[in-house]
Amino acid sequence: MEKPKTVKILKFHPEKCDGGLICEKACSKVHFKSDEGGDKSAIRIIKDGNSYKMHVCDHRGLCIDMCPVGALKRRKNGVVWLDKETCIGCQACVGFCPIGAMRKSDTRIEPFKCISCGACVRACPNDALELVDVNIEDIKEVVYHNLGVK
Amino acid sequence: MAEGQVSIEEYGTGNTSYKWNLKKIKQAHRVVFEYDYKKGKVVRGYANRTLYINLTTKEIKEKKVTDEMKEKFTGGRGFGLKLLWDSIKPTTRWNSDENEIIITTGPLCGTTQYPGSGKSLCLTISPSTDIICDSNVGGFFGPYLKFAGFDVLEIQGKAKHDVVIVIDGEKGKITIETAPLEETNTHHLNEQLTEMYATEDTDSSRQKVSVVTSGKGAEHSYWGCLNFSFYDIRRKVPRVKQAGRGGLGTVLRDKKIKAIVTKVEKVSGVSNNPADPATLTKIGTKLHREIRDFDRYQCNMRAVGTAHLVEIMDEYDLLPTENYRFGSFPKASKIYSPEFYKYFTKIIPDGCWHGCTLACSKTVDGFTVITGPYKGQKVTVDGPEYETVGCGANMSIWDPLWILEFNFYCDTYGLDTISTGTAIAFYMEMYEYGILNKERCDGLELCFGNSYAVLEFLHKIARGDDGEFVKIASKGIRRVKDWLIEKGWGETKLIEDCGMESKGLEYSEYVTKESLAMQGGYGLTLKGPQHDEAWLIFMDMVNNAIPTFKDKAEALHYFPMWRTWFGLNGLCKLPWNDIEPANNAETDEPPKVPEHVQNYVDYQKAMTGKKVTKEDLILQSERCYNWQRAMNVWMGRGRRKDDWIPYRSMGPVTKMEYVSRKNRYDKYLIEKIGISEKEVEEMNVNEKMKILYNYRQDQYQKLADAVYYRRGWTPNGVPTPQKMKKLGMDDPKMLKFLQDTIDKDDKAGLNVWGGKYSKGEEPPSIHPKYWEKW
Repeated sequence: MEKPKTVKILKFHPEKCDGGLICEKACSKVHFKSDEGGDKSAIRIIKDGNSYKMHVCDHRGLCIDMCPVGALKRRKNGVVWLDKETCIGCQACVGFCPIGAMRKSDTRIEPFKCISCGACVRACPNDALELVDVNIEDIKEVVYHNLGVK
Repeated sequence: MAEGQVSIEEYGTGNTSYKWNLKKIKQAHRVVFEYDYKKGKVVRGYANRTLYINLTTKEIKEKKVTDEMKEKFTGGRGFGLKLLWDSIKPTTRWNSDENEIIITTGPLCGTTQYPGSGKSLCLTISPSTDIICDSNVGGFFGPYLKFAGFDVLEIQGKAKHDVVIVIDGEKGKITIETAPLEETNTHHLNEQLTEMYATEDTDSSRQKVSVVTSGKGAEHSYWGCLNFSFYDIRRKVPRVKQAGRGGLGTVLRDKKIKAIVTKVEKVSGVSNNPADPATLTKIGTKLHREIRDFDRYQCNMRAVGTAHLVEIMDEYDLLPTENYRFGSFPKASKIYSPEFYKYFTKIIPDGCWHGCTLACSKTVDGFTVITGPYKGQKVTVDGPEYETVGCGANMSIWDPLWILEFNFYCDTYGLDTISTGTAIAFYMEMYEYGILNKERCDGLELCFGNSYAVLEFLHKIARGDDGEFVKIASKGIRRVKDWLIEKGWGETKLIEDCGMESKGLEYSEYVTKESLAMQGGYGLTLKGPQHDEAWLIFMDMVNNAIPTFKDKAEALHYFPMWRTWFGLNGLCKLPWNDIEPANNAETDEPPKVPEHVQNYVDYQKAMTGKKVTKEDLILQSERCYNWQRAMNVWMGRGRRKDDWIPYRSMGPVTKMEYVSRKNRYDKYLIEKIGISEKEVEEMNVNEKMKILYNYRQDQYQKLADAVYYRRGWTPNGVPTPQKMKKLGMDDPKMLKFLQDTIDKDDKAGLNVWGGKYSKGEEPPSIHPKYWEKW
């Protein structure tokens, strides 16, 4: 299989965001068939002073090497994907994600994450979100394994 | 070697690959007897039944786990003790038909969210000690046994021919099959059986199979270990963890069991059906994050596993070198963990059970075997762990590759590296003194540092060589001591003092000479000298945190109880204190790691739904700990005389050792024993050694006095019926036995303190039968 070179990740335009959280609701629809948003959404919009911040997976893929059962893989389109059926719910990926973007809801034991499906982009009434292509080589990160503190 | 974000399919070990005719091997199997069972559901951590197999009578049955059994024995090792009590006699020995091999799980075993939750506790009557030996081990077998339907596997009797026991959790079927064509040695047998019993030809299917094996070495020695497999989907090999201590593998092979296979249909994050999975996830994730953030500053387990201890022990003069004569060595840096790090395969989630992000199970892949039947082949070596590297130091082997070679052959032959290494170190010292020589060692030049001779000794054991030395030496230090004394080779006292065994079991790899509390941590134990009950050297020696006998006794109460708790629940001890929260040093009791103790309180409650406090956890342990000691007494080995330890673990046996730490010992004579500086200067080494010898022997007896008292035992080390009742252990047969024993001891004048108390010193109690007042 040829290795993917690029992946689509979310880009946020805070100046367009009105804090309506429609993106979160759209996301929880994808993952939990629920429009609650919040803990059930892979994308989170957080108030930051007078503006907003986005918190979501950027597909750097450190979690891939943490999974003991191979449930996390980089798919053909470059997206880091968690296979629920294979996952054994150990939360190693949740605990080790350097930006806290692998999420866990109390509803089920398996975590969930952004899959770059674009549901949030489509849902946002203000076009505050878009999916952009990035080179995997530029963003990829591997889990630390060095001697000492590096 | 592949590093990072590589798809699983692309990883590779570079090992020699084997092609077996598995069809032919399988066809040679004949079902001896079988049993169909109804698959059940694990509820709040318990399968609520145990599996009993008798290989002699060909009986298989299920035993119910009652609420009372859970209340009194919690699970894991506790269940094992209860089942042994119901099945064996005080005269049962390791090779008796009624001896059992018991593999237990524990209510928390198989949890994936909290690191270190996949341990099995194995029990048997040990060939080395003639009492119960318990040994804990990782790998997938324990969790799979439970998910297949059973909290415990209990095997009694002996098969006529080599058999494989298959517990098929997919079909709900247990079969005992003859297995004439399989290999016996672990690394091959494991691969064969994993392939053979996987439902499909995929790695995820092979990952749902776990195998318990031993090896050829176990058949001819008392050092047989059990290897528990866990299939690695990246390396594509079944890897192994060992239940090393006490000869479990020897008993396995004596029962003519070649292997035990278990397989499961599915593993999920809630296979244990915990009462409160959300809390479990919360505390587990918190610990994952601590490991992520602090391991690199603390133990570096994720990079090098327990081998990180080598440099620390060497620096603190605690690394056993040349049979514990010294605690450090100029060449030691050659076997520090960075030397092994060079060979370790990196970036793989190296937990021996899913979700253990402490990930201490390192391997060297594609290792080229140097000697023996597999010479030239490339293999995966699991480890080495600290203890195995420590054995290298003890045998004065300072080459990482030879330590890997020793590690590989011990594992595949089914030999415990600790007992094997410690025993060989003793033989080497005897060789140096001329008590042993080439002729007496069946042609082996067993001098310190001779790696070839060490490996040749292992190969001879595995081949079943019938030389006098090999036959006796493979049964351990105790038998060799008796043999040397019988032959009249060497002085009895020197032999007894140098050979590092207690209760018949070889010491693990720490120098305890200068820490009295740690001497107790090895001597005042249930199964023999193993560091899993207490590790108090730093508290005692470096931080001077437990200066009095009472303080030491409290530590030798709390820590053994606390550490026992892991074994009742199916847990690993490492995530308790080999990773610490950032603010641990500022807490009231840093050595206890209070935040993690609270994690375990919350963890057990989240699993079972039963409210518990941290005191309850200690109570759970105390019940089982006292029960095991009482069973030791019942089997004739659980009293003061049995807690004897060799002088090498207390102080300098030889002049060379005294001189190597002259300043320390001279200062000790002045400050601790109260001899004047002038007198010390005037004394020769022999005189000083004698004073030190008598003083330290007496200190150990005084420590035993304090510990027995704290634990609620008689001065002869017997658990009292009063204490047992207080703990809620009211089995009438046990209580009567203990009372009779105490009465007998009384008549024989054995209920007296062991220390010599001079003016101003007081024994723990002045009442002759203090326990009767409880």
